Amino acid sequence: MSFFTPENLGKAQVLVGLYPDKRSALIPLCHLAQGQHGHLSNEAMVEIAELLGIQPAEVMGTASFYDMLHTEEVGKYLVGVCTNVACMLGGGLELLEHASDVLGIPPGATTDDGMFTLEEVECVAHCDKAPCAQVNYRYFGPLADSDFDRLVDDLRSDRLSETVPPHGVLSRVFRDAPAMVPLEIIHQERRDMDEAKKARLAAQNQDAGGKQ
Amino acid sequence: MSTDVSQNLITISVDGKEIKAVPGELVIEAAEKAGVFIPRFCYHNRLPQVGMCRMCLVEVKGPRGFALQPSCYLPVSDGMEVITESDKVKKAQDGVLELLLINHPLDCPTCDKGGECPLQDQTLTYGPGESRFAEEKRHWEKPIAISDLVFLDRERCIQCDRCTRFADVIAGDALIEFIGRGDHTEINVFPDRPFSSYFSGNTVQICPVGALTASPYRFKARPWDLSQVESSCTTCSMGCRIMVQSSQNELTRYLGLDSDSINHGWLCDKGRFGFEAVNSSDRVTVPLIRKNGSFTETTWASALSLIASKVSSAKAAGDPNRIGFLLGSRLTNEDIYAWVKLAKGVVASDSVDCQLGDGLSGKVISVLPRATINQAASAKAILAFTGDIREEIPVLFLRLREAIKSGKTKLATIGTHASSLDQLSDVSVKVSPDQLQLLARELMQESSKFPDIASLFTTQGVASDGDGLVVLLGRENLAWDRSVAEAFAVELSRALPKAKFLITIRSSNFAGGVDLGAVPGLLPGRTPIEDASLKLRQKWVNLPGRAGYGAAEMLKSALRGEVDVLFLVGSDPRQDYVDSVLANSALDQVGFVVSVDTYLSQSSSMADLILPASSFAEKSGTTTNLEGRVLTLNQKVTPRGLSRPDWTIASEIALELGEDLGFTSAADVLDEIAEVSPLHWGLSWHRLTRSAALEGVVIPISPTSLSIRPNAMLDQVSTPGIASVWNQGLASSKTSFLENDSEGDIEQVAEAPSQATRGLGESIWPLAPIQLLGFMNLVYTPKLYSHGEHLKNSPHLSHLAVEAKCRISGRTANDLGFETGDSVRVADKAGGEGLFELEIDDSVRDGTVELTRGSFAISGFSPVRIGETVNYVKVERA
Ligand code: SF4
Ligand code: SF4
Ligand code: FES
Ligand code: FES
Repeated sequence: MSFFTPENLGKAQVLVGLYPDKRSALIPLCHLAQGQHGHLSNEAMVEIAELLGIQPAEVMGTASFYDMLHTEEVGKYLVGVCTNVACMLGGGLELLEHASDVLGIPPGATTDDGMFTLEEVECVAHCDKAPCAQVNYRYFGPLADSDFDRLVDDLRSDRLSETVPPHGVLSRVFRDAPAMVPLEIIHQERRDMDEAKKARLAAQNQDAGGKQ
Repeated sequence: MSTDVSQNLITISVDGKEIKAVPGELVIEAAEKAGVFIPRFCYHNRLPQVGMCRMCLVEVKGPRGFALQPSCYLPVSDGMEVITESDKVKKAQDGVLELLLINHPLDCPTCDKGGECPLQDQTLTYGPGESRFAEEKRHWEKPIAISDLVFLDRERCIQCDRCTRFADVIAGDALIEFIGRGDHTEINVFPDRPFSSYFSGNTVQICPVGALTASPYRFKARPWDLSQVESSCTTCSMGCRIMVQSSQNELTRYLGLDSDSINHGWLCDKGRFGFEAVNSSDRVTVPLIRKNGSFTETTWASALSLIASKVSSAKAAGDPNRIGFLLGSRLTNEDIYAWVKLAKGVVASDSVDCQLGDGLSGKVISVLPRATINQAASAKAILAFTGDIREEIPVLFLRLREAIKSGKTKLATIGTHASSLDQLSDVSVKVSPDQLQLLARELMQESSKFPDIASLFTTQGVASDGDGLVVLLGRENLAWDRSVAEAFAVELSRALPKAKFLITIRSSNFAGGVDLGAVPGLLPGRTPIEDASLKLRQKWVNLPGRAGYGAAEMLKSALRGEVDVLFLVGSDPRQDYVDSVLANSALDQVGFVVSVDTYLSQSSSMADLILPASSFAEKSGTTTNLEGRVLTLNQKVTPRGLSRPDWTIASEIALELGEDLGFTSAADVLDEIAEVSPLHWGLSWHRLTRSAALEGVVIPISPTSLSIRPNAMLDQVSTPGIASVWNQGLASSKTSFLENDSEGDIEQVAEAPSQATRGLGESIWPLAPIQLLGFMNLVYTPKLYSHGEHLKNSPHLSHLAVEAKCRISGRTANDLGFETGDSVRVADKAGGEGLFELEIDDSVRDGTVELTRGSFAISGFSPVRIGETVNYVKVERA
């Protein structure tokens, strides 16, 4: 084991312990690893597989399914320009073209200095601020060309570090998992509910029978 | 699977026709049984359903009228109305196929699947005939090697999830996965983690398109070039049912046949791809005689008369037991019987053995109550004291894994080393030899020293007399004398008389050998030599006067110069005998060694005379698998060169000695077996080759009911290559297997005959508790690709052969100051030494050394010395 930092390894083990089936911790662990490294390297996926007792191919299968999990390296800032309907009508396609010019890369590519990756994305639910973009999943909009230039400038000079986390960190709020409810209690509650339902149905039937 | 008619059947209607269905059954299965084939890709009868491809859409009546539903995902219910042919269904099928073909390349002319491809066939039958897609198709690099044996062409993949489901759910090797999403989806492996599963060939067999191909068959043949016969794999004792296919008299491919009792359609890669050994250029094709240290060709006639003169003079000298016979696992039942008849019934020598120190005593095997594979897979609990099943009998591992994963049965393992069964077991106990007797006696007592096992078994409902328990008994550790396992089993069978045993020895026809008297002291039918039946006396001119030698004693007497003639019939003791030092030095002391073999093996190349034997698929006959099931083997190609089937060779030698064994065909031999052996009563070639006899029969057949299970209907999409050869292959391939002659599905009887329970000796095997300074416990185990001529001669497998390895735990390594990769000298007690590469492995117990049986014998070194109950070794820096 060598990918996770000791601190994150501790967190990973807590996450694994939360589920009756270890495998359930797969996506949380992917987030953790991506938060640490910016993307899911092969090394990270192998280590996640080891922690969960599954094969690296299975980690890869899951990670590659989700757009927000990156199995390839991406820039420090992942810029996603929305071109779905609302944004398109508000000039999303033009914004994407402008972004492409400013950054000097086509959508899908990363700048040589490793600062920016540009993506074209579908609706990110920021339609009221169309046309919009997201940077490391933080929203900005509406963006005129000049707003976009300023945004890039701010990012380059690190003025937005409060708002925009380093890439890979999807959530900066960590909460402790609630205390585990023992399975017995859950089963008991289910049984009680079933009983209650049965009693209710029986009563209904009796009513119906009585009326006949 | 039970076909009990008393089950509550329900009625559904398919295309207006009322049919009976079993509750819980899927619509696609019920329809198929009623003769209505619904097209499909992802559905496979041995895999959990996923309903992914939508090819099987049918109309099913619901509250809001008829609607399209996937018939592979929908269980039948009473009164259900299904329509499989309507405009709506047709439109759905058109749509699904048009969509699948959008990204499918036009590869058919160069694709190995062409001619046997469900996508081709179903497009022709159900497809739209035209595509509206004019855009560029998806492209991938093609093909990529995802392992040494398997190639993947991602453009052809239709994402049916069969291969990935098999790898994950059945084999437990989820090394291939869907990667990506939508039209970017591909099947692939993780970088640098190849699909090196022992079962990878099955994914090639079930892939419904040409996306997965296996290197031995790539660009070899088309179904219309092929002909095929049913047979059984004889690479290990499982006896998986196979279809043997050949083109122009050369074997091209094996495909697994779906047998409910044995392999469920699966094969291991060693069994599947090992056929190439038959075509090996190392085959012996003419009789060879040693002259001045090297071999020269000779004729059958002079070879046979030389043998006769050697045997006669040895016999004249006195003790016929000085003429020894070691019979190998290649032999069919007919071969074994003919050689046993020659040895015991003509030469009167009882020195016959069919095992090479890696098995169990024939006497013990024959007294233990037998379990079938299906009984093991449905037992309440399983106790395993056996070698690693995955390494030794791979498809049995799949069967057990499935049973245990389903939760039906629970497993406890006992032994000395970690094995793949441990990952499935609820309890696994590590033992030393002296604990075993106690364990056997107190297994079901919670007060015992092993309460976990007792409580697991009790919770599972195993009775205190062992009812419901199946014991897997093999050689857990080759460094312990076989007597350790035998004593354990005998003790256990006494304590739990209702427990049944499945003997998990790897070598293929060991059960046939034991049943047919290829062990000292027994005659065919597991009868002691003193108790020869009248029938047998009528057929045999002679009988051994007294018990002869088993392999161990035979080699030891040979060392003392007390063996005059030794026949090695498909047996290679130099390579395979556990004590290779003994085997090597003993063979040199034998007066005259005759090797009857298919290859120039380590032993045959040191023989005085080599007779060429026909190989697998070059002869017909029967074999007995580990559960005592007699299965047919069929000839597919002509024997190489001047080689002959082993039973013929025995007959010829007998003739030279002036006796006629009385056989003109393998079927004659089987008839005589059925006549003289009570165990084989009722067997005949005709019965076994009847169209319904796919799965053979478990012997003894009960006198009132001959049990042969009818053939399951063959789904041409489950195993594409079989039905297509049947439909379009050469005429000779039309064996009757597809015809369903359901003559009787009668209860099978698997109890040992009562007469065989005698002979349960009183002997308690001595266990010497040895503590020797500096010596460590030894665990010696084989791997699937450990060794052997078969592996060496299979071009696509030989590079998988494993090297001998020495493994110790991290703690032990620390104590001794070793690191992984160190070169170490392993010394046995008799002073032999071998050099090994050290590997640190924390699954090894502290103070223990694990040696893997490697591909080559190291001269002068044998970790196992016959006669030692428990073997110890020293590990020193080299
Ligand atoms: S490779 Fe073959 S078996 Fe695997 S998903 Fe693709 S089509 Fe199905
Ligand atoms: S498990 Fe044994 S019998 Fe079955 S395919 Fe493999 S080697 Fe052959
Ligand atoms: S359309 Fe762009 S955010 Fe919804
Ligand atoms: S969805 Fe039924 S066969 Fe694929």
